[in-house]
Amino acid sequence: MKKTARIAVALSLAALALTSCGERGDDGDSNAKDSASPSASESTTPQEQHPDFKACMVSDSGGFDDKSFNQTSHDGLVKAKTDYGIQTAEAESKADADYAPNLENLAKAGCKNITTVGFLLGDATAAAAKKHPKIDYSIVDFGYEKPAKNLKGLGFKTDQPAFLAGYLAASQTESQVVGTFGGAKIPTVTIFMDGFVKGVEQYNTDKGADVKVVGWDAEKQDGSFTNDFENQSKGQSLAEALIRQGADIVMPVAGPAGLGGLQAVKQADKKAIWVDTDGCVSAAEYCDILLSSVMKGMDVAVEDAIKSSIDGSFDNTPYEGTLENGGVSLERIRQALEGEVGLTEKRMFGGLAFLVHGNMAAATPDAAAQASPASCISFVRRQSSHKGVPCSCRSRG
Amino acid sequence: MTKRPGLRLDRKALEGVLTTAAAIVLALLIGAVLMALSNESVIDSMGYFFSYPWDFFSRSFDVVTTSYGALLDRSLGSGEGLANTLNRSAPLICAGLGVSLAFRAGLFNIGAQGQIILGTLAASYVGFTWDLPGPILLLTSVLAGVLAGALWGGIAGLLKAATGTHEVISTIMLNQIASFGVLAYALGELKSFQRPDDDLGLPQSPPVPDAAAFPEVLGVHMGVLLSLVAAAVVWWLLTRSTLGFELRSVGANPDASRTAGMSTAKVFILTMVIAGGLSGLAATMMINGDQASNNASLVGSVGFDAITVALLGRGTPLGSVLAGFLFGILAVGGGAMQTTSAGTAPEVVQVIQSLIVLFVAAPAIVRWIVRQRRKEPTSTFAAKGVSA
Repeated sequence: MKKTARIAVALSLAALALTSCGERGDDGDSNAKDSASPSASESTTPQEQHPDFKACMVSDSGGFDDKSFNQTSHDGLVKAKTDYGIQTAEAESKADADYAPNLENLAKAGCKNITTVGFLLGDATAAAAKKHPKIDYSIVDFGYEKPAKNLKGLGFKTDQPAFLAGYLAASQTESQVVGTFGGAKIPTVTIFMDGFVKGVEQYNTDKGADVKVVGWDAEKQDGSFTNDFENQSKGQSLAEALIRQGADIVMPVAGPAGLGGLQAVKQADKKAIWVDTDGCVSAAEYCDILLSSVMKGMDVAVEDAIKSSIDGSFDNTPYEGTLENGGVSLERIRQALEGEVGLTEKRMFGGLAFLVHGNMAAATPDAAAQASPASCISFVRRQSSHKGVPCSCRSRG
Repeated sequence: MTKRPGLRLDRKALEGVLTTAAAIVLALLIGAVLMALSNESVIDSMGYFFSYPWDFFSRSFDVVTTSYGALLDRSLGSGEGLANTLNRSAPLICAGLGVSLAFRAGLFNIGAQGQIILGTLAASYVGFTWDLPGPILLLTSVLAGVLAGALWGGIAGLLKAATGTHEVISTIMLNQIASFGVLAYALGELKSFQRPDDDLGLPQSPPVPDAAAFPEVLGVHMGVLLSLVAAAVVWWLLTRSTLGFELRSVGANPDASRTAGMSTAKVFILTMVIAGGLSGLAATMMINGDQASNNASLVGSVGFDAITVALLGRGTPLGSVLAGFLFGILAVGGGAMQTTSAGTAPEVVQVIQSLIVLFVAAPAIVRWIVRQRRKEPTSTFAAKGVSA
């Protein structure tokens, strides 16, 4: 008994020592306090605060921690919370059968804007929007032919930055073979691969080169897929297969499974292009092998939709992220542009995007007229020749 | 031993019920601790525990009561909630019955997942493509689902009977083939399985038309009733039929059964066919019951949850019904916890489910080890005092 008592005293003293530095907040009910007093730490310009507005989000069965589109969309919700001082709530789905109940629970919880993530929630979101006409609904990566007035699709022209990535890859390859593979044969994945192939073709036309793409046949719409966004070893073996076919630049479009691809690329001492997020942030350990990242700004789109809901301008016109509006972009090449006189980011992207659209000139006349894609790419290449890598991650600070 | 078998049996059965109840309570308690310790406001209050200890306890209490309150309220507290829960339980019950039945024949059927996947493909395809009048369409669609599941289960049974392939290996492989082979191919490559109005080619099928859907009463679809009928049929099959006797006999001791003149091959194949058919019936609960559109994530983890349902239900039909209902409550209510002020993650429910099974299984494992030492050959489920 004595020994037990001694241990108890020792333990409680240790606990006291460990915890005594903590301070109690002034209000006892802290569940609601976070949302009511937002920190302005992240936002540089103070925004109007809306503590009464509640924005919510439902994930698909991948969950918010999928290191992929659920997570990026969720970042948009978190950012809206800090920027506009709103309340938020979220519901993570564990199965398809959770979608409808989760949407209903959030409607009951007083949400005024609800974002859903992915085509799997397409039917459930449309049904909820019909049932609750006063709540604004937006859905990431999906669109409707005839959406209800309170239902907005958030789409992304990721073929535009992927085109640039293809052009970049073609200009950088030494083996004259580049590769790509996908997580599943669904439009939101193959659009990257289509753009990539077109970019390579454009380079071949411009330069009279003969760079080949392995892993995706854009004409037959057939290629290499992991059929699984989680399994990294599948991504690794697919990337290894592409490297065996001669590819020295690989673009995995497979979410977390693509990390396996980066592993294979690193082992083989080749280069890669990441998609969806900035690879130098989300997969920092592979930053040194990344030429660039094809960014899909789901967080930007989600935050914009929430903002329009707050100020009452929400409508059912589908959002489409493009190079022009910044909804999609090619990351890291920007770093190479720093300090170069006269070659602005806008001019470079405007010029490259000209090839994508054909009629982009009308939108940004000076950009299309003054910057040719070839000059931009050759500029990047010049950087690479004296630095070793085309884009330095260090320059990001 | 032979004097008062009735009383002995009752005591064992009671013991089983008490163990299960204790396991559920214990798991819920540990779940409560997890909820409290993962809540931000509780963590905050631990920082100054010795200045204001009451904060910690009151906040923990708030979090736990809010979460469990929401769990019960949303799953059982309203007519709509109860209907959701029953609908969600139905596939778990059916698939759990399939796994239980195989258990009793000494077969560890890990293949419910694959059998359900095949069932969803068949039931949904027949449901949305065939042009038949109302009730006949429903009937054929459900039958297609059951038969597809039975076929997939039968393959494992046949492999076991003909070549001695262990059913654990073959059913796991068949799960993979069903999910990454058949399902991915059908939904991804075959236009006829995809939505006809969808030119994007998304890998999902349309929901079945109303004609192929189970009729609903107060939000509860008829499939729920069908799952209870299935449980009664399995009970009859196990306790009253010749096949059931052979099945239990082979489960207890295949060698002795063979010596006694029974065909173990026949029992293995038939058991897996029926088990697969029950999993196929589970598939129709989603396709014809919820009118869900078929896609890669529709089945989710139902096929694997079915194994835990069967374990918790101790291999009996009634046990599977009750365990399936409990898991239905946890599935519907678990999702509701995150939209409360406590914001409890739905993963806590998965931990609770696993703990329940762990606590139920642990004494059984202990008992099993003891019996092995005494060299009393007996099957796991016979050891638990299952009525024979």
